[in-house]
Amino acid sequence: MIKLDEIKQSILVSLWFMVLTFPIMVIRVNPIQKEIVWRWHNLLLVGISTFLLSFLWRHMIRRKELGRKKAEAGENGDTSLLQRIAENRRVYVPVVAGVLVIAIIFPFVFGLYQINIMISALMFVVLGLGLNIVIGLAGLLDLGYVAFYAVGAYCYALLNYHFGLSFWLALPLGGLLAAIFGIILGFPVLRLRGDYLAIVTLGFGEIIRMILENWNEFSFGPSGIANIPRPSFFGIDFTVHSATQFMYLLVLALTVFTVFMVNRLQNSRIGRAWIALREDEVACQAMGIDKTRTKLTAFALGATWAGMVGVIFAAKTTFVNPASFTIWESIFILCVVVLGGMGSIVGVIFGGLVLILLPEYLRAFSEYRMCVFGAVLVIMMVFRPGGLIQMPRRTYKFKSESPGDTSHQVATEGGQADFARS
Amino acid sequence: MSALETFLNTDSKSMESILDVKQLTMDFGGLRALDHLDLTVARDEIVALIGPNGAGKTTFFNCITGIYNPTGGDVLISPPGKMSGQRINGIKPNHVTERGMARTFQNIRLFQNMTVLENVMIGRHCRCKSGIAGAIFRPPSTRREEKQIVEDSYEVLEKIGLTQFVNELAKNLPYGAQRRLEIARALATDPFLLLLDEPAAGMNPQETLELDELIVRIRDQEKVSILLIEHDMKLVMSLSDRIYVMDYGKRIAEGTPEEIKNNPVVIKAYLGEDIDA
Repeated sequence: MIKLDEIKQSILVSLWFMVLTFPIMVIRVNPIQKEIVWRWHNLLLVGISTFLLSFLWRHMIRRKELGRKKAEAGENGDTSLLQRIAENRRVYVPVVAGVLVIAIIFPFVFGLYQINIMISALMFVVLGLGLNIVIGLAGLLDLGYVAFYAVGAYCYALLNYHFGLSFWLALPLGGLLAAIFGIILGFPVLRLRGDYLAIVTLGFGEIIRMILENWNEFSFGPSGIANIPRPSFFGIDFTVHSATQFMYLLVLALTVFTVFMVNRLQNSRIGRAWIALREDEVACQAMGIDKTRTKLTAFALGATWAGMVGVIFAAKTTFVNPASFTIWESIFILCVVVLGGMGSIVGVIFGGLVLILLPEYLRAFSEYRMCVFGAVLVIMMVFRPGGLIQMPRRTYKFKSESPGDTSHQVATEGGQADFARS
Repeated sequence: MSALETFLNTDSKSMESILDVKQLTMDFGGLRALDHLDLTVARDEIVALIGPNGAGKTTFFNCITGIYNPTGGDVLISPPGKMSGQRINGIKPNHVTERGMARTFQNIRLFQNMTVLENVMIGRHCRCKSGIAGAIFRPPSTRREEKQIVEDSYEVLEKIGLTQFVNELAKNLPYGAQRRLEIARALATDPFLLLLDEPAAGMNPQETLELDELIVRIRDQEKVSILLIEHDMKLVMSLSDRIYVMDYGKRIAEGTPEEIKNNPVVIKAYLGEDIDA
């Protein structure tokens, strides 16, 4: 249903855009021939396209409002396909197995370029899953996450340079060291929350980068460390291609391992404490949860994954320097978590894949890449503020209830009762 | 205080006290919010703390539950069956809860985006101990513990009468149910003393009536003593065994509901002084 009011609004919007873009889209000055070209057809184009876009936008907003009203009314029609898959064991086991098989076959089918993209995508998935513990579960806005990534990478690079430490030893060691750094960061920020915490962690990230950049004797400064060996595998000599394939499988294994671990942590007593801490710090402590310990475990466990991925990063690129660990990386990982869906493992996996693969495959339009990236972020935040895939509500089974899916029944009934009362 | 004196003290009273607050003082800069306050709660007693707005009632709660560190005085607890006279001022809120004093909040502080059951499960947190290794490897002990947590929490919900909302998000609950959920969550920590901060605030008369009955039931069935702050005088008078009245951080009266009702000092504090014409 199109209302007159909406048409009026859209016309206004398009007029406004025509005025705004007039200087850049219409006027073209040629300074050599000293003439001005008036490109009026561009004005028309801008007008029509903004009119249509604004219409589409309004339509989408209306649909979203409708969906929300339906959800409020307790009609659980909004359960997405993914949610339904996740609920039924008989469905999700084959789905997960299928995805895994495809993921394992992947490097033997596609070329070097594709494998390399996939490796970095999976690395960001693991980073996202780690940060998800800190931000999504414990609700601590950490903008210096890349520091732990750097700690892991330099841990391998330096230990290998000085002592010839192998990759396989460096992997757990990098994770451990990052966890220790997580605790070191955790202590001073225990009392902070929200924006204050964000600023301090941001500072921490910058401090680590500055140290790496300026302490030449320790980290070789901006020139970095080169010739870091790739991971060995029982002394097999790899060609570049097979080494990449092996690296891919390694990262895939780490991803699966991370998913397993994070899933277990999330559905445990500790995971619940993290979520409670996110929801209300004062109440959480008043209910007998040790705030200090809970926060520190969140920081430490989150940092562990960054450290391990850091080691892998160093081994993959065979070269590290501080330029790889800028604030932009932190923001990017944050985007993975927020876009994917805070607290949701499947969401973060999707977020990581989308955010890495999208810019890569948009290389054809490389000039507009960042533009598309920004637009995707804005649209996402308007239409799915909770992320691509939101954290599912966990239900439990009780002895006192009859077997079967009664727990679900209870939930819907509760929803309707609630609606009837309000 | 010597052990003998403690012994004589508890013996002389008809009921053993489980919470003993002595000369509690709290200063915020130059402002004295609590001024040498004394208060005791005996076993199986319902005690109310009343007073005009700003009298320092919530500050008192915050002091004895570890949210504030009091400037002076002693907070002593004697959990039934455990060492008596433990001094708890200055310890962290979570340790206070671990020792058996659980509270609710004046403005509801539920974990909004967790389900009702999960809210109560958080209450069980401090009575369990599986750690990171337990979470990752899930040995039988952890599984058993998790199962026990769910069962216990459901049982608490049954007692409070919230089972119909069990998988509902806490924020979607009607107001009265949210208040009751806070009580359920506090009760899940296995307290010997429950501190309720204005449990009836914002409730309609029907809900207040249900709350009255619920609090008495908690005392009788769960053997939990109760200390509550409340403004609803009808509820306070019908519920409490003893009442303390505070004003400007000081205790101005103490007694049974009957005594308090007729105490001129209390009436003065609430209605103001008569101006002689």
